[in-house]
Amino acid sequence: MMREIDAARITEVVARLCVEANCHLPQDMRDCIRHSCESEPWAPGREILERIMENYHIADERNQPICQDTGVACVFLEVGQDVHVNGSIEDAVNEGVRRGYAEGYLRKSVVGDPLNRVNTGDNTPAMIYYDLVPGDQLKITVAPKGFGSENMSQIKMLKPSDGLQGVKDFIVKVVEEAGPNPCPPIVVGVGIGGTFDKAAYMAKKALMRSVDQRSEDPFYADLEREMLDKINTLGIGPQGFGGRTTALAVNIEHGPTHIAGLPVAVNINCHVTRHKTEVL
Amino acid sequence: MAIKVTAPLSREEARKLRSGDSCLISGVIYTARDAAHKRLCELVAQGKELPLDIKDAVIYFVGPTPAKEGQAIGSAGPTTSYRMDAYSPTLIAQGQTGMIGKGKRGPEVVAAMKEHGAVYFGAIGGCGALLSKCIKKAEVIAYEDLGAEAIRRLEVEDFPAVVIIDSQGNNLYETGRTAYLESLQ
Repeated sequence: MMREIDAARITEVVARLCVEANCHLPQDMRDCIRHSCESEPWAPGREILERIMENYHIADERNQPICQDTGVACVFLEVGQDVHVNGSIEDAVNEGVRRGYAEGYLRKSVVGDPLNRVNTGDNTPAMIYYDLVPGDQLKITVAPKGFGSENMSQIKMLKPSDGLQGVKDFIVKVVEEAGPNPCPPIVVGVGIGGTFDKAAYMAKKALMRSVDQRSEDPFYADLEREMLDKINTLGIGPQGFGGRTTALAVNIEHGPTHIAGLPVAVNINCHVTRHKTEVL
Repeated sequence: MAIKVTAPLSREEARKLRSGDSCLISGVIYTARDAAHKRLCELVAQGKELPLDIKDAVIYFVGPTPAKEGQAIGSAGPTTSYRMDAYSPTLIAQGQTGMIGKGKRGPEVVAAMKEHGAVYFGAIGGCGALLSKCIKKAEVIAYEDLGAEAIRRLEVEDFPAVVIIDSQGNNLYETGRTAYLESLQ
């Protein structure tokens, strides 16, 4: 039995999620920033974390974007294989982005062509990722992605002989090179394994996980903790003015890969790591 | 104690500011980011007049969100500055004395700042809602077709910014980090 979902419902949900994600920081990020502020030993760093908390409270009150870079809309769809959508899913998502970015007074930050660079004027198209899953539900996650942090992301095709140490060194190198640019404290999404493109996709997916939730695999959960500790000895600190709190979390996703390869992708996100999910 | 800074900013005043100074900027500043900088530098290359008075100008690297009714401007925090590195030396040579952004700058920008006497301020990235409260008036004065990237004339009051790189080339990103790491020893 196929379950019917009207495309108009997708539009309505995407529009709402675009606005909510941009104006209200998720609770896990709030808790994490508050804890970091309490334990930040460097006064200038603490001061910045306090301002950051003040900022998202103002955004809450005014229903105003937390950051002016309201991002490119990354939309993750987990489509149950027993779901049938009446109409085009892609058109429905883009119409939702168009409405959400207009009605929510969000910034239109998308150019239609990477070299000719003319703004599309409505923040479409969205970056849409589809996962086909068992069941009859449709899960929609909207994650506006700012490019100050996106630009600091890197991917590297390591050799198998580079091993665990090579992966660790690369993660730290990416954060070190980014320095103050991506608005630290940052969230670090890492994808290890797969192919060139799959590693990058896993890194982006890793950013969708709560910052207080470690990998289900104990080995990778330990690696996440170790990497966070290591990054927070670099001294970059909030906004790069020095301090312990350079990163709030390291989230790692991993997957099978080829006998000849060890791809590793590091996708950086800022302290305004936004995502909002709804299930239809 | 924060230092009160008035914009436009004279070269003499810009030279007095030191890396690490906390400032509150009041007066008139201009917004410009990637696309507007490109156009401004094309005008300079052609010897044409610029759409803003570049002498003593402070340029804020920002593309704000649209204003709601009753607001002067939407959220308006800094964008990453290194993307303007290709253009800033040209504008500094034309008389610009201040830049507000976030993140590292290239050696060519620092060299121009030292030669002409200019200062690079950092505003807190990702705090666009907070910073918008210090912007009292905003008016598009050029390149309306660029949308968020148009050049705006802003009237600001006590806009908080820290001097990251001063006209002598001192850099808070280096000294702040070193001072923190040394405090641990």
